[in-house]
Amino acid sequence: MVTTRKERVDALARMSTDDREGEAGVSLAVSAWRRLRRNPVFLVGAAIIGTFVVVALLSPWLAPHDPSEWMLADQVSKARNEIPPPQPGHPLGGDQVGRDLLSRLLVGSQQTLMVGVFATVIGLGGGLVLGTLAGAIGGWVDSAVMRLVDVMLSIPSLLAAVSIGALFARPSQFTVILAVAIVQIPIFARLLRGSMLAQRNSDHVLAARALGVRPRAIVFRHMLPNSLGPVIVQATLVLAVAIIDAAALSFLGLGNPDDSVPEWGQMLGNAQTVIDSHPNLAFWPAGCIIAVALGFTLVGESLRDALDPKNRR
Amino acid sequence: MALLEVTDLTVVFQRRGEAPFTAVDGVSFAVEEGQTVGLVGESGCGKSVTSLAIMGLLPRRGVRVSGSVRFEGAELLTESPRQMRDRRGRDLGMVFQDPLSSLNPVVSIGIQVTEVLERHRGMSRSKAMRVAAELLDQVGIPDPRRRLDEYPHQLSGGMRQRALIAMALACQPRLLIADEPTTALDVTIQAQILALLSQLVRDTGTALIMITHDLGVVAGLCDEVNVLYAGRVVERAARHELFARPRHPYTHGLLSSIPRLDAPRGERLVPIRGAVTDNIPWTQGCAFAPRCPNVLEKCLDVTPEMEEDDGRLLRCHNPVRQEVPA
Ligand SMILES: Nc1ncnc2c1ncn2[C@@H]1O[C@H](COP(=O)(O)OP(=O)(O)O)[C@@H](O)[C@H]1O
Ligand SMILES: [Mg+2]
Repeated sequence: MVTTRKERVDALARMSTDDREGEAGVSLAVSAWRRLRRNPVFLVGAAIIGTFVVVALLSPWLAPHDPSEWMLADQVSKARNEIPPPQPGHPLGGDQVGRDLLSRLLVGSQQTLMVGVFATVIGLGGGLVLGTLAGAIGGWVDSAVMRLVDVMLSIPSLLAAVSIGALFARPSQFTVILAVAIVQIPIFARLLRGSMLAQRNSDHVLAARALGVRPRAIVFRHMLPNSLGPVIVQATLVLAVAIIDAAALSFLGLGNPDDSVPEWGQMLGNAQTVIDSHPNLAFWPAGCIIAVALGFTLVGESLRDALDPKNRR
Repeated sequence: MALLEVTDLTVVFQRRGEAPFTAVDGVSFAVEEGQTVGLVGESGCGKSVTSLAIMGLLPRRGVRVSGSVRFEGAELLTESPRQMRDRRGRDLGMVFQDPLSSLNPVVSIGIQVTEVLERHRGMSRSKAMRVAAELLDQVGIPDPRRRLDEYPHQLSGGMRQRALIAMALACQPRLLIADEPTTALDVTIQAQILALLSQLVRDTGTALIMITHDLGVVAGLCDEVNVLYAGRVVERAARHELFARPRHPYTHGLLSSIPRLDAPRGERLVPIRGAVTDNIPWTQGCAFAPRCPNVLEKCLDVTPEMEEDDGRLLRCHNPVRQEVPA
């Protein structure tokens, strides 16, 4: 079992230098899929992600009520600390201002999915650019990029995301995405650079150079596509981190101030004040965040193990 | 003027904090138009480094290349990286040892063959695809149109090497370098690939440098054979001369250690004693001396020079006299 962060990065790096010998006729992807299909960890994670994505996409139709309507407001009393309990038509009750909690949870999944996906895509894009520059050009460009990456990685990711998020004068869902994305860039950049360097010394790149293939085609056709394996696995793992970081930012009030659009981290933040008397308001969004992050982590870890040449059978 | 003239080629690897290592030590040979020349020697004697130096494919850092490599009169060692890039694939082709790892696993065979046609012959993708199918057909790949859409892992080892040969020959280079092209293949496939290479160079008039550690491979193919030991040529002779009368004890040892169909029944194979690493530096004496059955005291003190001897070149103080039992 892979445990430390270092070991995980090493395992990812190995994927790019995989020895394909001895398994003639079976591609890396095929043999990886064979192992994944039998892996309960992967299946559980995939089930969680599948449910989450379906719910997020269908939530406008799945939600029993309008998540922004104060429909149970008459049952709310600040003075007596009353919040609508579960009741017929509202299985999870209402929130502090009387909005249907179940509807808010369901619709809130949209924001979480969006933040996670956009933050990861932007982080991946930035990492691809930096990693490709460093791995393909080398020399001082490589040194400069890697120093920058080292500096960024030396700050804990959540702290960095919070600091970046706090820089924006008017917080919004977009600033959350940006803050979380920027923090992920160096991880992708370093991984990609590592696998690009391995590709640069590979036999097929030498063979392509022996045909006079131009440097640009060497990088984009022969090195980059073969370097993406570990990066894609990392993207799955980053989705989990991005979801948690984004929730944390919203929780700290660095997210969208308009709470008519439900978001799990923000729901959790709002529930703080009443957590002693009404823990269920915090329990549901927290449970959703944990479950989804766990799903992506399980899939990412099992993907990585499946693609790790050390584990090939 | 020969097509390729390699003169005093020397390659020194210089890593920071390590002693310089001379992988190729003053190698000279020439390849005439349409001729097949063998470079033979045990693993580690500098064959691949020699071919990479000719192709301009050695890394730029940590390597010192000196001497001269003239191709059609032009000095390749001083050409710019861009000029060499234009030559590779067009004037000079190369086939490597391991066909699976020499192909890009994520790109279809068709794209990989057309890449070189588009690069050097400026063909459109569709024209290049037609030519690629013809090329695959020429190298004996059945059903070439279907193969164009397949990926390297879907082909057998022999088919992959055929595809790589097709790519190397796609632009009709004047010179092909084949670096142990059959070493990674099954024995039956080896013979097919060798037959294909010899037929192709005969049909197209391409000159071929055949690199191998196996004298059996050059037996049917080469006009002339250079035997390398520890970065230097120790014997050069026409193929028949070399096989009939090996003069250098190393060549003799190589020949005695391969099975021959025409050997008398019951004759035993004699491996060369010792290992490649049991060397003394060429600057002190003969690098092969520690393993040599004919060793003289002189061999440990005086570096043998290349000398003309009965129509061949030989670097030895005490060559083999008797004939190989036929
Ligand atoms: N990039 C390199 N750096 C240092 N030494 C090298 C490098 N490439 C090859 N060598 C050394 O040069 C010698 C000749 O290698 P090579 O030409 O590959 O042998 P072979 O005859 O088996 O093809 C070997 O001893 C090898 O260790
Ligand atoms: Mg070699």
